[in-house]
Amino acid sequence: MISKAEILILMPEIFILTLACLILIVDTFSQDPLRRVTYYLSQLTLVLTAVLVIGFSPEQTVYAFGNSFISDGMSVVLKTGVFVISFFAFLYSHEYLKEHGWLKGEYFVLGLFAILGMMILISAYSLLTVYLGLELLSLSLYAMIAMHRESTTASEAAMKFFVLGAIASGMLLYGMSMIYGVTGSLELGTIATNIESNGDNPLLVFGLVFIMVGIAFKLGAVPFHMWIPDVYQGSPTCVTLFIASAPKLAAFAMAMRLLVDGLQPLLNDWQGMLIILSILSMATGNIIAISQTNIKRMLAYSTIAHVGFLLLGLLSGTPSGYAGSMFYIITYALMSMGAFGMIILLGRKGFEADELAHFKGLSERSPWFAFIMLILMFSMAGVPPFLGFWGKWFVLKEVVDAGFVWLAATAVFFSIIGAYYYIRVIKFMYFDKADSMTAIKASKQMRFALSVNGLALLILGLMPGALLAICVSVLSIAA
Amino acid sequence: MEWIRNNLITPLVEQLFPAAVHTHAVFTIETVFKIAVIIVPVLFTVAYLTYAERKVIGFIQGRIGPNRVGFFGFSFWGLGQPIADAFKLMFKEIIVPSGANKALFIAAPILSLAPSLAAWAVIPFGDTLVLADINAGLLYVLALTSLAVYGVIIAGWASNSKYAFLGAMRSVAQIVSYEIAMGFALVGVLVASGSLNLGDIVAAQNGSMVHWFWLPLLPLAVIYFISGVVETNRAPFDVAEGESEIVAGFHVDYGGMAFSVFFMAEYANMIIIAILISVMFFGGWLSPFQGILPDSVFDVPMIGTLLGEGIHWLLVKTSFFLFMFLWIRATFPRYRYDQIMRLGWKIFIPITIVWLIVVAVMVVTNMPWWFD
Amino acid sequence: MIEQTVFYIFSALLLLSAGLMITVRNPVFAALFLILSFFSTSAIWLLLEAEFLAITLVVVYVGAVMILFMFVVMMLDINLSALREGFARYLPIGGMVAISMALSMVLVINAGEFGLASDTVQRHGADYSNTKELGVALYTHYLYPFEIAGAILLVAIIAAITLTMRGPRSSKAQKPGEQVLVKSTDRLRIIKMKSEGADSEPEKDPLAESKLAQSEDITVKKESL
Repeated sequence: MISKAEILILMPEIFILTLACLILIVDTFSQDPLRRVTYYLSQLTLVLTAVLVIGFSPEQTVYAFGNSFISDGMSVVLKTGVFVISFFAFLYSHEYLKEHGWLKGEYFVLGLFAILGMMILISAYSLLTVYLGLELLSLSLYAMIAMHRESTTASEAAMKFFVLGAIASGMLLYGMSMIYGVTGSLELGTIATNIESNGDNPLLVFGLVFIMVGIAFKLGAVPFHMWIPDVYQGSPTCVTLFIASAPKLAAFAMAMRLLVDGLQPLLNDWQGMLIILSILSMATGNIIAISQTNIKRMLAYSTIAHVGFLLLGLLSGTPSGYAGSMFYIITYALMSMGAFGMIILLGRKGFEADELAHFKGLSERSPWFAFIMLILMFSMAGVPPFLGFWGKWFVLKEVVDAGFVWLAATAVFFSIIGAYYYIRVIKFMYFDKADSMTAIKASKQMRFALSVNGLALLILGLMPGALLAICVSVLSIAA
Repeated sequence: MEWIRNNLITPLVEQLFPAAVHTHAVFTIETVFKIAVIIVPVLFTVAYLTYAERKVIGFIQGRIGPNRVGFFGFSFWGLGQPIADAFKLMFKEIIVPSGANKALFIAAPILSLAPSLAAWAVIPFGDTLVLADINAGLLYVLALTSLAVYGVIIAGWASNSKYAFLGAMRSVAQIVSYEIAMGFALVGVLVASGSLNLGDIVAAQNGSMVHWFWLPLLPLAVIYFISGVVETNRAPFDVAEGESEIVAGFHVDYGGMAFSVFFMAEYANMIIIAILISVMFFGGWLSPFQGILPDSVFDVPMIGTLLGEGIHWLLVKTSFFLFMFLWIRATFPRYRYDQIMRLGWKIFIPITIVWLIVVAVMVVTNMPWWFD
Repeated sequence: MIEQTVFYIFSALLLLSAGLMITVRNPVFAALFLILSFFSTSAIWLLLEAEFLAITLVVVYVGAVMILFMFVVMMLDINLSALREGFARYLPIGGMVAISMALSMVLVINAGEFGLASDTVQRHGADYSNTKELGVALYTHYLYPFEIAGAILLVAIIAAITLTMRGPRSSKAQKPGEQVLVKSTDRLRIIKMKSEGADSEPEKDPLAESKLAQSEDITVKKESL
């Protein structure tokens, strides 16, 4: 039976679901073309849910609903991260949608459902909840992309995302069914103990391969990255911003739950697979990004490269390695949010600033935002003292500690290649003449949020200890 | 049944089959016999329902209706009419239009009749009078009523004709929409009775007329009946045939026996819907006098049997709802297509959902009369 | 014995219809074969005493999903030869992938690995309600996943409506109340116009022009009503 304590543990999820439904109804009756009520209610929901998550954060790991739900340190930190990032994403989205004139209340409702999906995914402790959380998240994202009906590229992006996502889900389910067949349990903890006690079975590796395909697709690791460039480029920028930031945290959590919590005994098997994925991702992402002229597409390839780095931490197979990865993914989400925020900032009605050329001479048009972009690009390239540097540093340190010196060297090599295209953006901003001197038109909130976003990378970069300490502490408990 | 098995079937089987398969053979032959006992009266009712329809509508419109064809030179109020119609249709040629898909064209009428006959398997005629007493009877009925649409859609497509195709498309959209409301109404019955077995559902209504589910589930009963009218493509929802717009809709190219099978399917479906309403909302074989008259009355030899529960009450109730079908057809003009859709999606489905909650509350709070 | 025979009959039917579904040329027939394979599956599930799942498969897939599928397939004018164009070109690589997948599956998957051999299915009496057991499991142990599935369906509804709804369509029905209340100024706008030059005919000039303007105005208004 379900106890009251279990309901309390689930309070944040129940709250956000209820509020999302409520907002949907409120929005139906709203006449306001700017959807202010919907927007403010959504933001309030995010804040309150974050308060609930932190308020209800348990002292130690707790399980609920027949062990299909887990609440531990990692889930609290990642969920908080999702809320912070989504808060910014909603803010940028509201500005973007207002400016481009297809604002709809459902955008925020679907966004809230996507966030609910991320929360479920982050707290999933059974194969069933992993899958359902993933579907809830993906379905909301498909709809958010396709929502801009006049845009053919958005429809194309949604279609590609949907079809490939469905295939990936199929793969994931197939792998899960194998694992379930062998271990006889859906619950990740039981799966781990069953594998340990029953020893090796070729079916397990067979299932693992398919699960790995699913994870790689959701993270966007090569060779399952094909959707990323098209989806990033085709989607409206505000949706790209959302997809490129918060869901990455959830995808990381999914990898952690499945691989570390559930299939830890198969470490030797998945380590090898992750090494291949990681090297391929870093190579493909960094090299192809160089030839891009569209900045959204360039950032898409940079995502792929970053995912390669992220996998380095995971494959080290130690709690501190996972902490490094977690640090990295939070960092990455902040950076990519800022970068796409810049594209939104420079755009206006009927115009998307998504070509690299649009950044030419930005320092003359707006020295301050050129500086913010500089921070973002340096941080992505991994230049000290910005936050991105520390992410790379911690991950590399763990890889070396785990004994993969050659892998660390490869990673450094590719990130040096990668630095080229980030720095090219800076060159465009500071050393090229602007094509037009149109003033930047953006609201105060937008300017403020973007400044906070950029400066956070600098300040956190100057003192990365606190964030890292959190990551290390929650993961050492978990492991 | 016992008597028939012991005195007719068993000796026959012992004559014809080797000893090893006796039990199986007895079971099979017995089941086939039971099926025949149900199906033959159903088909007979179908034939005379067409007669009843013409008569009833005739009276409502101040006409006489068929009154010529009789037997042995006597007209008998035209009672021979359905037989004559059946013979006429049987001896007409079945024309397969050029460009039609022959196999599907022939299969379509069969596909539409078969589910409506198969649904009879789970209908309880009395306490123990049921062919297949399965646990998921309600679901089985839901599954079969949703299959009837295949006959229509395949007929529409296989005829290779615009009118037929239009009729099929209309019918499909309409049936799929109303199936949801119908399914929800059935869920209400399930919640109220706590069982999917149709026999148990009737047993749960035991008590008196007010104990029957029509009262606590009144909106669901009404919606189920109207959805039933829609599902059978009857007036005023007969846009699938729509003779004033698309000639005869999905069966415009059918003639002879193929057409008459469609015709039979429609009427068999009507009977199924009517009997299901009687079973699920109006106490099936239970007597309306139960709880009103003192129990001693039911022990009186002749009158007690007549007034007490029994299959005749089920037949009376079913006949009443069949009459309702005809009455509605004679009274209301045809709905416009978008109105049908609006009624289904925007009115019926919300009402059923709300009433499901009401029923659930009534059951949980053990409301007196019905759920105590 | 009978049960096994029934099982083999339905399994054979399932395999046959599934095979025909992907090889048959006409998409409508493909959909029909898919329906047949659903039926066979449902029959096999009935043999496993999973009557709820079996009937639900028919209700949901055959009764609803496949009908909509047929609906679409029948309306589409699919050019089959275009679909088959690249078949020969992709056959070698596709065949290789398929064969290697099939081989790996044959090598790895067999019933022994799943520990099925040791389990025997427990038989239940006629009064055992599969539906009830399923309901109890769904609303207690699996409540959380069950509710998430509900949320997913809700998102699907929201998404579908958002992507297809183009605002409430204005009805063309007449509203007598509004028609009665209407005033001439609502429908008619009289525009004063100067005469166009001196040589035009004097009588025709201002009145005719304004009349023309009025009649145009009226037609415009009528459209907007």
